Amino acid sequence: MSILVYTEAENGKFKKNALEVASYAHKVAQEMGTEVTALSFNVSDNSALGNYGVSKVLKVENEQLKTFHAKAYASVIAEAVKKEGAKLVILSSSTDSKYLGGLLSGMLKAGYIPNAVSAPDSVEPMVVKRMAFSNKGFAHTEINTETKIIGVSNNAFGLIENATDLQEEAFSPATEEKDFATKSVNVDKVAGEVTIADADIVVSAGRGLKGPENWGMIEELADVLGAATACSKPVSDMGWRSHGEHVGQTGKPVASNLYIAIGISGAIQHLAGVSASKVKVVINTDPEAPFFKAADYGIVGDAFEVVPELIEKLKEFKAQNA
Amino acid sequence: MKILVCISNVPDTTSKINFTQDNTKFDTTGVQFVINPNDEFGLTRAMWFKEKQGATVHVATVGGPQVEPTMRKALAIGADEGIRINAEPTDGFFVAQQLAEVIKNGEYDLVIGGRESIDYNGGMVPGIIAAILNINFVNTCIGLEIEGEKVTAMREIDGGKEKLESTLPLIIGGQKGLVEESDLRIPNMRGIMMARKKQINVLEPAEALHATSDKTFDKPAQKGPVKLVDADNVGELIELLHNEAKVI
Ligand SMILES: Cc1cc2nc3c(=O)[nH]c(=O)nc-3n(C[C@H](O)[C@H](O)[C@H](O)COP(=O)(O)OP(=O)(O)OC[C@H]3O[C@@H](n4cnc5c(N)ncnc54)[C@H](O)[C@@H]3O)c2cc1C
Repeated sequence: MSILVYTEAENGKFKKNALEVASYAHKVAQEMGTEVTALSFNVSDNSALGNYGVSKVLKVENEQLKTFHAKAYASVIAEAVKKEGAKLVILSSSTDSKYLGGLLSGMLKAGYIPNAVSAPDSVEPMVVKRMAFSNKGFAHTEINTETKIIGVSNNAFGLIENATDLQEEAFSPATEEKDFATKSVNVDKVAGEVTIADADIVVSAGRGLKGPENWGMIEELADVLGAATACSKPVSDMGWRSHGEHVGQTGKPVASNLYIAIGISGAIQHLAGVSASKVKVVINTDPEAPFFKAADYGIVGDAFEVVPELIEKLKEFKAQNA
Repeated sequence: MKILVCISNVPDTTSKINFTQDNTKFDTTGVQFVINPNDEFGLTRAMWFKEKQGATVHVATVGGPQVEPTMRKALAIGADEGIRINAEPTDGFFVAQQLAEVIKNGEYDLVIGGRESIDYNGGMVPGIIAAILNINFVNTCIGLEIEGEKVTAMREIDGGKEKLESTLPLIIGGQKGLVEESDLRIPNMRGIMMARKKQINVLEPAEALHATSDKTFDKPAQKGPVKLVDADNVGELIELLHNEAKVI
């Protein structure tokens, strides 16, 4: 009957979203009168899960599953669901979890709600509020199947500590050759950089920056804040920044705690991708820029003057608050 | 090679989003419907295969007669034939089952879907199809090359990209990157004229499960006005972010 949680890890350590999903699952488990079982892949120290309401962890230690592989991971999760008799699977809404979500839904014949933005409205029937219309609306959706899957949006629920007595159990599911028919041959990822999906703070800049040579100050600002960098669509279209940084309706969604938009007009397609962010700051020369309507804080001013000043002031602030 | 491009008929990106009937239905009044942007990148990649390597391209949509203008646009861009499954696309699981049925019967080598549709943002249809038909699947696909049976695909991951190798038959969830936006095509007069003669086969839906159902909708809460900080006093912004918003 329990709830099964898929916990994402990187280099043997849980990602923040794993703990957020655990927090979410604990809340649902309380309402359902059940407990949370987590599934971890190649993580030796699982104790963090015990701080976020997980009572049992199934530990998969398998060389073949060292790096993410959608089909194989989905098969392992499906097997864990059977073993535990889980009626609900909860995962995050990261790129990898969304890759898994559809596959699992098909394998388990389970209704799947991705992009859940809050704890279920009700658990019986299971009705969950989710993002729709690229953040221009929300749907309250019921899952009609016996087995259910929920994908929690990043930063929507937050981390909630709940100390539990964590039991650990080794889990060695059988993997089949056909699960690996799609092979990873190369991963190209900038090590050590905060990604847009994981970041608490995102510093984003648009066409107002005039050219790629001016991104130094954006990177410096991000560096001071421990933030990820992002950009508007024309910026990546012109090749000033990589496609992976383009946020918006047709780019990446951002659900950070703080989103700083510099020299971005705030076109509807851009706003759609960032409206899940909690606090938005805009810096723009044009007081009529639509972004000011969507922002919480704003500075009407020239990025080339405001940003260096902001970097200096932030450094002072950090020195004082260190 | 036989390719099927799955197309979602969605409100144009600038549409105002409203709900009617006690917030239980999306209000389509005044809304212009278009090919889902993620699918449009996939359709254009399919045209590339057709022109450069030789392929037949079909497009399929689950929807009532009102989706036909969107399908005609896909045909005008160059797809050879259309398939409309005559049912309301009420949930991703239902749509995936209908498309799986078409794919099974049509023996497609390559199926192209979009990463997600920009209306319900489910992003599950290609994955469910892959699971039902047990075929190879690459999601958030931003590059695709095919030599014979051999597939080389690029997918977006958080913070980078991953190169994958696979074989046909294959389904992808595609997005921008499959082709450049400048390569997207606007139907020309000849294409539009030819599309009129192309066939749209209407199929009745197969028996299928409605795994989820949308009960009600709402819109984000109205936001208060922006708090402006003087450009000469950026220190105040830091103050506000630290003490008021508590985000730094
Ligand atoms: C189907 C479709 C999908 C789209 N999807 C997306 C998407 O996902 N994401 C996205 O971003 N866009 C998307 N767009 C594009 C979108 O409509 C806008 O064109 C885009 O967001 C504008 O980017 P921008 O704000 O950087 O540039 P601009 O609109 O050129 O705005 C630049 C801004 O910088 C300001 N500025 C200029 N100089 C300075 C300075 N020195 N200091 C401070 N400010 C300055 C200007 O006042 C202006 O407001 C989409 C469009 C379509 C049609």
